[in-house]
Amino acid sequence: MNFVRRTEALPIAIFLVLALAPVAASFGAETYLLNLFTRVMIYGIAALALDFLCGYGGLVSFGHAAFVGIGAYTAAIFGAHGVSEIAITLPVALIVSALFAYLTGTVCLRTKSVYFIMITLAFGQMIYFVAGSLSPYGGDDGLTLKLRSTLFGFPILQNDRALYYAVLLFLLGSYLLLRAVVASRFGRVFRGSKENPTRMATIGFHVFSYQRVAYVIAGCLGGLSGFLLANATEFVSPSYMSWQRSGELIIMVLFGGIGTLHGAIVGAAAFLLLEDMLGGITENWKLIFGPMLVLIVLFARGGLLGLATSIKERLSRG
Amino acid sequence: MSFTLLIVQTLNGLQFGVLLFLIAAGLTLVFGVMDFINLAHGVQYMLGAYLAVMFYALTGNFLIALVAALGAALLLGLLLEFTVFRHLYDRDHLEQVIATFGIILFLNQGVKVVWGAAPLSLPIPDMFAGTVVLSPGILYPVWRLMIIGSGLAVALILYLLVTRTRVGMLVRAGATHANIVSALGVDIRRLFMIVFGFGTMLAAFAGVMIAPILSVEPGMGDSVLILAFVVIVIGGIGSMRGAFIAALLIGLVDTLGRSFAIDILRLVMPPSPARTVGPAIASMLIYVLMALVLYFRPAGLFPAKGR
Amino acid sequence: MAEPVLRIENLRKNFGGLVVTDGVSLDINEGELHAVIGPNGAGKTTLINQISGTLEPSDGRIYLNGTDITALPPDKRAHLGLARSFQITSVLPRFSALENVALAVQARAGSSYQFMGRADKETALNDAAMAALTEVALDKRADLLAAHLSHGEKRALELAIALAMQPKLLLLDEPMAGTGPEESERLIGVLQKLKGRFAMMLVEHDMNAVFALADRISVLTYGRILASGKPAEVRADPAVMTAYLGEELE
Repeated sequence: MNFVRRTEALPIAIFLVLALAPVAASFGAETYLLNLFTRVMIYGIAALALDFLCGYGGLVSFGHAAFVGIGAYTAAIFGAHGVSEIAITLPVALIVSALFAYLTGTVCLRTKSVYFIMITLAFGQMIYFVAGSLSPYGGDDGLTLKLRSTLFGFPILQNDRALYYAVLLFLLGSYLLLRAVVASRFGRVFRGSKENPTRMATIGFHVFSYQRVAYVIAGCLGGLSGFLLANATEFVSPSYMSWQRSGELIIMVLFGGIGTLHGAIVGAAAFLLLEDMLGGITENWKLIFGPMLVLIVLFARGGLLGLATSIKERLSRG
Repeated sequence: MSFTLLIVQTLNGLQFGVLLFLIAAGLTLVFGVMDFINLAHGVQYMLGAYLAVMFYALTGNFLIALVAALGAALLLGLLLEFTVFRHLYDRDHLEQVIATFGIILFLNQGVKVVWGAAPLSLPIPDMFAGTVVLSPGILYPVWRLMIIGSGLAVALILYLLVTRTRVGMLVRAGATHANIVSALGVDIRRLFMIVFGFGTMLAAFAGVMIAPILSVEPGMGDSVLILAFVVIVIGGIGSMRGAFIAALLIGLVDTLGRSFAIDILRLVMPPSPARTVGPAIASMLIYVLMALVLYFRPAGLFPAKGR
Repeated sequence: MAEPVLRIENLRKNFGGLVVTDGVSLDINEGELHAVIGPNGAGKTTLINQISGTLEPSDGRIYLNGTDITALPPDKRAHLGLARSFQITSVLPRFSALENVALAVQARAGSSYQFMGRADKETALNDAAMAALTEVALDKRADLLAAHLSHGEKRALELAIALAMQPKLLLLDEPMAGTGPEESERLIGVLQKLKGRFAMMLVEHDMNAVFALADRISVLTYGRILASGKPAEVRADPAVMTAYLGEELE
């Protein structure tokens, strides 16, 4: 596969920029920029996981925000009961995400293509409504975290910059993990199942089981992303897992170019920066953003980079 | 859990189910015939409601508003089909999802800009404003009965159209054997446009009918859209009969679940936790139902044959 | 006599009212190449699909080396030694030829639930895959993406994938379909070489190939076996002549 031979320059550059961004930010609107980039990286983790599913396994999940919500609510609900120890809360968040992925995956993965999209969407919506009905934990209004998570009692994430670097480490870890998985024996079977599931079955692979494991991996990373999001914003609400969030995650993956992993991080940055920028111009930024999506789909294949090339081609032809 | 409440909530569930059917019918047709996943179907329902509010404000007559709203919704739908959707039919589902998602963002924001973010309302036509006595002590709003009646009438008309007309035959054939239909030399583009326009009108009709009892606001189509997805997934994509049965099932289960979950839970647990857990369970019910149906029948209750 | 590798008993398949497989019984012995011929629509591919497990029979039983596999999913059958090629080429287009085969090796070389380590660097897998590619004379094209292979090469790749599974029974669904005369000759040569190593069931329209390769031939029409026997017997059978062979052999 060509992905292993692809140049390493871009991913290295991405992580270098992210590592140095706080230094640059200290010259400007530090809090604002730190928060923005922390969010970019957090959504980057969720988008990475989704790219793993869509780009390598052909599983277009429209309910990925559910996992973000599960991770976030685990942190918040524990916090509401006075437990903020990472060594407890993070594993629980991952286990709950994995469990939800396993159960819903068992149903979703029995179906194909469009059914899969709609069923993941429906399960995402289910979690959204459940969160909204949790009246002891704020219901539709959401819940504020009293303090960020602590590690063995130390408030290591209290400082915004410390949180930033912690998130960066998680992002790097997720990225390296998924890269390894994609290239591994397991990843090869998973990639093969996207290309031709019938062939994979006739050479002896029970495709469903592999897809379900992949779905659980992606779910856990979604949960991790949510756990970090709750810490970054010190607030959770059902809106974290609305279906629009799931749609935005897909857009991020598409923006960066599907099936590249590092592209998902670029896509998350592009989406959030664009949202921020358009939002600065007009509160009706969705009037611009919506048609933009349509144009990208109609005229650009392969993300923003694809758009640039196709415009260039058109100009040189015309 | 009184008997009266049960009757009333069953009727409410029916009314909700009929509404879902009107939306799901268009969606499942578009899906079955064109293999096109249209997330923007929900905003067409919303547009129907907004257009009715607007035309009512202009004319003061509900019937005129209804007809004008349907016409305008059809025009808007065809405009979208012509400019965007028809270029998506051959694309993969992911691209269809993203592009139609973009249209949702645009139109949800668009109605906010045109009509404001505050909820609007449409009065119930005077003729149907009151309540009716179903049996001694059970009053029920006439308008809700109107929704049920008109929805059932539409279902019947659809049934006749699909089973008795040439276009209907092509649609049925298209839902199961699209390649054969195009091999027959049928102008598939035109068939798509007819199906699409029809689906749009059905969604808009649902929007107009529900407007008098629901607040008309931006985003009102979104959650309904997902429920319509649940309906067609349970019913079997492309199956009109499946959509009808699944819509009523979902409408009833959801409505009754929400009204009685707490009461039922109180039979097995103390009142206080029941009040906490009840709503959460009620909101999960239809999805659990969907999961169960799909676990045993991955292609839905009435799978379109030949796929 | 030893247990046949494949035994089919009274297999039936109907789609609604349409009977596509109508009480087929058939044995294939160790090392035997059994050809199944018949006009289009006779139900040959349907038969193969039922044996390989992608289609569930309505009635009847299928045994592989004495094990009842009628209800097993395709992946379990593959592990019992059943391999197949597809009528319409079915490879992984964006994998290299080598990786296409290496996956088949991987499927029976330890667990595939390994999440670390590069699968494409596992020499044991690659060597075995290369050996299979060499057998079908594709070793020079190992690094090419399957999508970039010629049609005949893709057919050969299918064969290599099947070989890498070290099958006890190989089902070949029209391996010559769509190949030119030269490529057909080459494939016949490859199959000739493989003959005797494992049992094979060959569904094929190319009568040159069938009569060059088959030990036994069964003629399938309307989902039923019309005749079964040695090539010479089948060729001489008057019923077969009228029903099917006449036109093609003249």
